[in-house]
Amino acid sequence: MPFEEKTTWVSVAVGSVVAAAYVAAVLPQLGDTPTADIAYQRPLVIAAIATIVLTVIGSIVMAVASAIGAEIRQPGSGEDVGRTDERDALISRRGDVVGYYVASAGALLALVITMLELDYFWIASTLYLSFAVAGLASGLVKLRAYRRGF
Amino acid sequence: MVRPTRVTNRIRALRFAAGEMTQAELADRVGTTRQTIIAIEQGRYSPSLEVAFRIAHALGVSLDEVFAYPEQ
Repeated sequence: MPFEEKTTWVSVAVGSVVAAAYVAAVLPQLGDTPTADIAYQRPLVIAAIATIVLTVIGSIVMAVASAIGAEIRQPGSGEDVGRTDERDALISRRGDVVGYYVASAGALLALVITMLELDYFWIASTLYLSFAVAGLASGLVKLRAYRRGF
Repeated sequence: MVRPTRVTNRIRALRFAAGEMTQAELADRVGTTRQTIIAIEQGRYSPSLEVAFRIAHALGVSLDEVFAYPEQ
């Protein structure tokens, strides 16, 4: 499996788990708390920081594990682990374009919610989840390209 | 599975003809990852003209001995 594909798996896994954790943290409050009083700020900040930190840590662990695995299979090949080429660049660009469109659609939705003067909770959550879904969509497009070709 | 490209290639046969060159050796000479060589061999990726030429040079043959494109 190419190194870039492995790091994409890491970001897809981290992105979905953290977004699910955010929803799990704020969803129970929706029933009995007025949306203006929902304490979403702390979970949102934690989710944003956790996504970055866990993706970086996951990528580093993945890189080290890949290099050790490659050295065990064939001594001297560990340094090739991080190598990327034109195919990685093309796949990355395809995924990024999809992510951009999804994030833009989410931002438009947040704009509509703002104009409807809904509570800040809805605006912030829509923006955060737009970025999370955009990252997920981008990652899935990349993984599909790696697996099935293009 | 639908093949995403109509370009066909004889890389596998030519690697064996070139002293049983491994995919990793070819990748090193061409400057790509081994996974990209695998994807090209399996018809899952159509390389740039530049990489296609480098593959032909590495295998010691001309471009149209490596790659073909059906008329219809």
